[in-house]
Amino acid sequence: MTKRASAVSASPPRRRSKYTLAPLVLIAANVVLFSLFFVWPAVIGLVYSFTNYTGVGAFQFIGLDNYDNLLGDSTFYDALTRTLLYTVLFVPLNFVVSLLAANLVVSKHAKGGSVARVLFFIPWLLSPIVVGVLWRWMFGENFGLVNYVIEKFGGDAVPWQSNADLSLLVVVMASAWAWTGFTMLLFIAAIKNVPVSYYEAASLDGAGPWRQFFSITLPSIAPTSFIVILLNTINAMKEYPVFVALNNGGPGTSNNLLVQYIYETGFKRGQIGYASAASFVLMLILMAVAIIQLIVNRRVENR
Amino acid sequence: MTTTDIPRPVDAGSGRTVSKKPPRRGGRGGLRQAVSATTLLWILACLYGLPVLWFVLSSLKPAGDLFSVPLTLIPQNPTLSGFRAAWDSANFSQYFINTTIVCVITTILTVGVSCCTGYALAKYDNRWLKAFFLCILATTMLPGEVMLAPSFLVVRDLGLYNSFAGIILPAVLTATGCFMFRQFFLTVPDELVEAARIDGARELSIFLRIMVPISRPIMLTLAILSFQWRWNDYIWPLLMLNDPNKFTVQIGIQSIVGAQNINWSVLLGASVISMIPLIAVFLVFQRYVMNADINAGLKD
Repeated sequence: MTKRASAVSASPPRRRSKYTLAPLVLIAANVVLFSLFFVWPAVIGLVYSFTNYTGVGAFQFIGLDNYDNLLGDSTFYDALTRTLLYTVLFVPLNFVVSLLAANLVVSKHAKGGSVARVLFFIPWLLSPIVVGVLWRWMFGENFGLVNYVIEKFGGDAVPWQSNADLSLLVVVMASAWAWTGFTMLLFIAAIKNVPVSYYEAASLDGAGPWRQFFSITLPSIAPTSFIVILLNTINAMKEYPVFVALNNGGPGTSNNLLVQYIYETGFKRGQIGYASAASFVLMLILMAVAIIQLIVNRRVENR
Repeated sequence: MTTTDIPRPVDAGSGRTVSKKPPRRGGRGGLRQAVSATTLLWILACLYGLPVLWFVLSSLKPAGDLFSVPLTLIPQNPTLSGFRAAWDSANFSQYFINTTIVCVITTILTVGVSCCTGYALAKYDNRWLKAFFLCILATTMLPGEVMLAPSFLVVRDLGLYNSFAGIILPAVLTATGCFMFRQFFLTVPDELVEAARIDGARELSIFLRIMVPISRPIMLTLAILSFQWRWNDYIWPLLMLNDPNKFTVQIGIQSIVGAQNINWSVLLGASVISMIPLIAVFLVFQRYVMNADINAGLKD
């Protein structure tokens, strides 16, 4: 044991690397959990994606057939495009609203920031299921508050549930509403770390609030912005509970997203192999997103 | 006017809000800015607060008044019958107890395991620790939803299907938790550890008797986050549980939504009841959540 430890410490001559047993004990539980619930599923998931496994009994390796079938599966394509559309709408909306909320909350001009901050945050506490129920209650076509108000002002009831695009829009708004609190906290932390002297210098030079925001705040919080976009993209790509509670991917199946597709093929139709293949497509997309973000982030930081 | 012009160092706790910068264009411009900023803030805040208010007030209406036109914000005949119906129907009280058990156990395990791992990652310098750190990073890239089917098979093969352990154990490893503790322990000076070693303390007792107690604020923050994640979990418990007596609150609510004819009175009651624990925890520990350094903050 000591021999190995000293071999490790040979390259960086630091005293503390002579300890092996203690850190090993400390991380043991997580190593076990990591192997059981991350490495193992990842490996067998990849293996099953090349088989026709149904979850029980024997299975055969069928090569790339699952992936081949996915390419020709219009249900899969619909789920994929709807997921991408949802992501493209949700991420910017949540970004802008959260940034606005964060700026207003920390602004010395706005009164009542600390109370407002709690109001922004409460939706994040609600479970995605409850968020879905709440927005379903608000946007009911015949009974919802929103349509009631619209009709009160002389408009026509809007088909929030029976029109596929409107239905998706409601979910986008619902998730942006639910996520603002968390994203806002990230932005608030970043904005508070911008040195006050920058703003004071800028205002002496006569820069207005908009100019200060675009020339000081936005560039200073760029690293946080990247984290926010990355996190929100990943979260949007795997969204499911809000959809299931709000309109169950409806009307019909028009708003079935990727995770719902994976769930239905894997667990309702028992095509574990096929669902695993779909999972790996989702994983590749997420990894591509993460890698692109890292590259862009590095480029911006090196500039 | 002039004394406050000196740039002051940023105070992490209060930051820009306390900086008493003089209004640039005299009183009127400052006033106009204050009015417009305050108005905008409160319009936005109302957009966030009103849906919840409407939802909670609706749940206090008797079932017969829910759809009566014109809609009224304040219930005419406030009643708790919706809550009572929800609590009695379909084992909701059982779901509530189940969820509490799962949340509390998962949270305790998550905090403990993350604290150990975070400390090891921060205070020991071994090559394989760095490798393990990368492994934990990898888990953030691959969310559980991507591996639904294989994870299900693994947990089933371990014999944990339809048990609370099947929900609890896979949820214990969280990258966010490990990051939070690692960041915290990095700020603890190494000299503290060295001094304890010189006094002859063993490694694990340094951890248990010095490091664990001083990390209490981080423990509390992670506990709140973890409790919230697990309370709100839906898809994993849905896959894992087969026995209706073991269902969690979220599955219970979704089953009311999924019914042919939604019983809105019961649904509203059940939803509002399910919100109570989190809102309570939040109100008690608000400052820990609001000041949480969740910038490493990869939500789990």
